[in-house]
Amino acid sequence: MTRAGSLRPRLITLSCAILFAISAGGCTQLANPSAPQSTVFPGSDWGRMIQDLYGLIFWMAVVVFVGVEGFLLYTVIRFRRRREGEAVSQTHGNTLLEVAWTVVPSIVLLMIAVPTISTIFIGDMPPPVTTNPVRVTVIGHQWWWEFRYPDLGVVTANELHLPAGRTATIEVTSADVIHSFWVPKMGGKVDAIPTRINTMWFTPDAAAVGEHFGQCAEFCGLQHANMRMRLFVDTAANFDAWVQQQRAPASAAAAGDAQQGAELFQRSACITCHTIKGTNAQGTIGPDLTHVGSRTTIAAGMIDNTPENLAHWIRDPQGVKVGNKMVLPQVSESDARLFAAYLQSLR
Amino acid sequence: MQQVASAPPAHPPTHVEEPSTGLNNRKVLMWAFLGSDCMFFGALIVSYLVYRGRWQGHPVPTDVFDIPYTSVSAFALLMSSLAMVLALAAIQRGDIRRLKIWLLTTAGLGLVFIGGQIFEFTTFGHEGLTLGGNTGGTTFFVLTGFHGAHVSLGIAWLLSLFVQAVRGQMAQARSLDVEIAGLYWHFVDIVWIIIFTVVYLIPI
Amino acid sequence: MATATARAAPRAGILARPVAPMGIWSWLTTIDHKRIGILYELTAFIFFLIGGLEALLMRSQLVQPDNTLLGPGQYNALFTMHGTTMIFLVVMPLSAAFFNYIVPLQIGARDVAFPRLNAFSYWVFLSGGVLMNLGFLIGAVPDMGWFAYSPLTSSQFSPSVGVDFWVVGLQVLGVASLAAAFNFLVTIIQMRAPGLSFMRMPLFTWTTFVTSILIVLAFPVIAVALIELMFDRLFGSTFFNVTPAAAGAAAAGGDPILWQHLFWVFAHPEVYILILPAMGIVSEVVPVFSRKPLFGYPFMVYAVVSIAFLSFTVWAHHMFTTGLSAIAMSFFAASTMLIAVPTGIKIFNWISTLYGGSIALKAPAMFALGFIAMFTIGGLSGVMHASPPVDTQQQDTYFVVAHLHYVLFGGSIFALFAGIYYWWPKITGRLLGDGLGQLQFWLMFIGFNLTFGPMHFLGVDGMPRRVYTYSPGMGWELWNVVATIGAFVIGVSVLVFIFNAFKSLRTGERAGDDPWDGMTLEWTIPSPPPHYNFVEIPTVAGRNPLWLQKHPELAGRHVPGADPIATDTGHSGSEGSGAESHDGHHAVHVPDPSYWPLFAGAGIFVAGFGVLLSAGGNLSLLAVTGVGLFIVIVSIFGWSLEPVNEPVQA
Ligand code: HEA
Ligand code: HEA
Ligand code: HEC
Ligand code: CUA
Ligand SMILES: [Cu+2]
Repeated sequence: MTRAGSLRPRLITLSCAILFAISAGGCTQLANPSAPQSTVFPGSDWGRMIQDLYGLIFWMAVVVFVGVEGFLLYTVIRFRRRREGEAVSQTHGNTLLEVAWTVVPSIVLLMIAVPTISTIFIGDMPPPVTTNPVRVTVIGHQWWWEFRYPDLGVVTANELHLPAGRTATIEVTSADVIHSFWVPKMGGKVDAIPTRINTMWFTPDAAAVGEHFGQCAEFCGLQHANMRMRLFVDTAANFDAWVQQQRAPASAAAAGDAQQGAELFQRSACITCHTIKGTNAQGTIGPDLTHVGSRTTIAAGMIDNTPENLAHWIRDPQGVKVGNKMVLPQVSESDARLFAAYLQSLR
Repeated sequence: MQQVASAPPAHPPTHVEEPSTGLNNRKVLMWAFLGSDCMFFGALIVSYLVYRGRWQGHPVPTDVFDIPYTSVSAFALLMSSLAMVLALAAIQRGDIRRLKIWLLTTAGLGLVFIGGQIFEFTTFGHEGLTLGGNTGGTTFFVLTGFHGAHVSLGIAWLLSLFVQAVRGQMAQARSLDVEIAGLYWHFVDIVWIIIFTVVYLIPI
Repeated sequence: MATATARAAPRAGILARPVAPMGIWSWLTTIDHKRIGILYELTAFIFFLIGGLEALLMRSQLVQPDNTLLGPGQYNALFTMHGTTMIFLVVMPLSAAFFNYIVPLQIGARDVAFPRLNAFSYWVFLSGGVLMNLGFLIGAVPDMGWFAYSPLTSSQFSPSVGVDFWVVGLQVLGVASLAAAFNFLVTIIQMRAPGLSFMRMPLFTWTTFVTSILIVLAFPVIAVALIELMFDRLFGSTFFNVTPAAAGAAAAGGDPILWQHLFWVFAHPEVYILILPAMGIVSEVVPVFSRKPLFGYPFMVYAVVSIAFLSFTVWAHHMFTTGLSAIAMSFFAASTMLIAVPTGIKIFNWISTLYGGSIALKAPAMFALGFIAMFTIGGLSGVMHASPPVDTQQQDTYFVVAHLHYVLFGGSIFALFAGIYYWWPKITGRLLGDGLGQLQFWLMFIGFNLTFGPMHFLGVDGMPRRVYTYSPGMGWELWNVVATIGAFVIGVSVLVFIFNAFKSLRTGERAGDDPWDGMTLEWTIPSPPPHYNFVEIPTVAGRNPLWLQKHPELAGRHVPGADPIATDTGHSGSEGSGAESHDGHHAVHVPDPSYWPLFAGAGIFVAGFGVLLSAGGNLSLLAVTGVGLFIVIVSIFGWSLEPVNEPVQA
């Protein structure tokens, strides 16, 4: 027994919900442009190819969605039970209709599949712009990123620099478990798998000069959430300057706290895990610190690179990032200040 | 619809109604199980094939294989299937004496195979192929080991049928029990033919 | 239901036959498919509360950036257990509950083909669920995500026994699912009432059948993967290990991608194992509540079968970022998209069933309509994932979390609630309150969309999944708040349901045999059904036999002379009086209760527990596993020596 009185408001609510869903769906396209990790505001050629494909599929889906939900809603409203025992004509099926709704979706899917497959093959081929590419090897570690530029002799961590307008060829692998390299502005993610090397390429736009956020996108254990990274797209000139700076050995600290910190560093456990080029420190367990002072963040994009944060990190890395692999005996507050001063000076 | 709640059912009560297909329930169950087991061995064989030829270090399985030796035990297993067929034929004729003979022969040939496998495993172990040594050892031992476990289970099953036959509990009417055990036994045998071919015979 | 009054002293078998007709022992030893169905239902519902509670905790952590309510270890454990629980301990067993209760009734059988195997499945399922959750007691909870990618699961990277709880629990659950699937396969092939040909079977029975096939073929693959993982962890084998066991040793040579292939070869069919029963329920509810037979029945059947077939060809769509070759990606993209076609056929046929009908918007129908509307959304986001380049932006973001909840919650859970509202009167003899049902539906519908709708935006805005925290300024704050509020609205809707259920059991309106004007055989017998289901097995002469019988005038194709249900089916005539009027019916034989399934299940528990004990490193504790297996073997012997029925000595 349907209470006819209460039926209408229910249907209205239902329609509102569906309308909400439709408008919500529409917003997906108009996503938050200020979200630094947004996937729909590409800043590279490859990112744009993905975005074009996504746009096509998205609008197809919207059409199907509106069609199906509209048909459903219309049917439910139009054919709701008005009184008990209504006679209903007993249709059993219609082969023509069945053929229709087999063929029409197939056509829609074909329209998606063809550009999908061609995009797959474009992504698989060598990059379209090959003059003077930048090659980077990305190595995932629990829970930080190592970036190596084999042709430029640069090794750095957590902050990747690339020149606008030159194609970057990224080779991704891992030192331990599976991670995934992902800077949404530049394009999709690529898994970092131990024993394997996956490659991808993209060419950052000139308009994309600036800072972009990225993050490990495969669950890799305790601190997966804090395995972040930054990509700096530089102008050609800035990039060259950056490379020059990174290639240089560590700047020797002249005097003061920084110099004391340097001596302390060489005597401390730090050198078993960290490399500072041109010194005794040749460890490979943690990030290369040769130019750590030039980075904007530490601990894989978790905190800003300030003297206070650095000192805090060195005194209590486990407090800042529970479970991370930097385990060391307690450092005194004054020592930590010295370390921080030294590391800040490594630009 | 009439009211019959108080009237007892017309025909004699039986739990198992006529099966819809005319097949026996337990036989259908065995077929379903074998289908499932195909996927089980399929996954194990794929695990072996994935690493085949990509093994690191030595010894690897192909270093230690003694194909003539394994062929003999494979032949024993193959022959056991023949004995199984004869056992089934015997009980279907009602010939319990032959049933006992052939059941025992089948189980015995199975034991020959298992004995061969135990010997093979120990020899390989002495030659340095171990479960943890490399992916060759890992995939080889787990694949053939699980097959061996299947054979052992089959032997236990056959022997329990044999004991029942000795105690006079087997009769022509129970030929289905033997048939179902036979299905399992033949399946395990066929799986070995595949494993033997894939693992031992096809060169890398 | 006094069924065992005249039972003589047990004769054969090792143990005396359990005789208690009521009380706890009768439930522990029951092999009645209906009682087992109820056990499944209750257990799964409790796990639903647990899994939901885990979700609420996660949502509370994510409500604001840099929240410290939970630490990373706790959060990781929660999403692992939440995903695993919801899939293996909620949706699968809830489906199994209906397989158990409804399928024998729909096919006109007195029980399943192997009643004791059926009870065994339940006890093994319970063992697996308990083993899986046991880690909570000792603080070693699985925390590597429900797909447990290696090498994170190796003893090197996950030395805690948490992973072992997951491995053992899932392995045991696999045994339970397989045993149940074999049983339903045989039951449906063998025990259909005379005249009930395959193409006359109700769609729910069809989806049970096809789901069982999927289980039979998919679960052995995860069994192998789990065995391999267990060997790696316990015995130092190298299936998935890449790094050498000891410093300086040769590289182990394992390939972690092997795990991914094995896992998804299982897990993609698994997601259809979760959705097909739901589709079956909707296919029952929609016709009854629009008073029209299912539109395009044969096409619905073909669609189910082709979905099942295709589900084995798409697994690598979960691996589009692992560096597959372009050819492989194209293949898996195409096969994945292809699945949308048979699924679309189902959607269109449901809507066409509604079209021209007389749609009663009662609670079961509301949930079924909610299913159609919400599952479509989830399916469409699935198709977006199916395009590999696009998926590389979506994989492992909240977009995927949105997709999976739209299909699993908007799909499976909505349909299962439709099933609960639809069959509750058959099971309990009383109706659930429709007003409260409507309230629950709308709360759940709104809460669901509030929770998971915004996750699409979060995904598009780049929020990765499985992160216990995020920084302010990422543009994710608003939608996380909305999602958390939504989750609590869902929680309220669940409380409304619980209230409704208790109310119905105490004071609910009596249902009678056929409260919905149903179409299929289960509505021809009293509610709740008597122990033996059917006094006499009916003979069926068409699809929707009850409907044809009740409304010959509506069914244009009714052949005169051929009764849709030939023999009488034990209709009591006294509406609403339930089973009482059938007291004293001992002439129909149903299998007797037995201790052995319970013991065998307990043996499996002990065996699994032994593996967990030895996971600490002391392999000699595997002896406990030996003891467990011994119990299983003894039980199986006892079981096979025990006759199905004790002879009645009147
Ligand atoms: C009930 C479970 C269920 C169901 C039914 C589905 C259905 C589908 N799924 Fe989903 N899926 C999951 C559960 C499910 N999925 C889960 C749990 C995950 C995450 C696993 C994890 O990582 O944890 C996942 C992840 C997942 C991925 C991987 C995402 C990633 O991690 O990157 C992909 C990729 O292709 C995918 C695709 C699909 C497709 C194409 C369908 C199709 O079957 C959908 C078909 C339906 C429709 C399309 C709607 C109706 C059709 C029409 C109205 C016809 C007209 C339509 C068109 C022409 C388009 N799913
Ligand atoms: C059927 C499957 C199913 C269902 C129903 C749900 C239901 C819910 N899920 Fe779940 N979810 C998954 C399957 C499911 N999920 C899977 C497979 C994953 C992936 C896991 C992984 O990544 O490994 C996942 C992951 C997942 C995440 C992502 C975690 C992450 O990646 O970091 C989130 C986050 O919000 C989430 C939320 C929820 C919520 C809020 C609900 C709610 O709808 C829950 C509503 C239920 C309740 C609220 C219960 C009612 C309880 C009470 C009323 C309390 C009273 C109880 C007692 C007194 C005992 N789920
Ligand atoms: C046991 C190895 C180990 C030792 C010893 C060690 N570190 Fe680290 N260090 C690491 C690891 C691993 C990381 C990366 C942590 C993360 O982000 O997850 C790291 C990160 C850092 C960072 C941040 C780098 C960046 O770019 O994010 C600094 C700075 C640092 N360590 C300084 C020190 C100093 C100073 C010492 C000595 C007092 C020291 N470390 C000792 C392993 C070590
Ligand atoms: Cu590295 Cu997640
Ligand atoms: Cu899938």
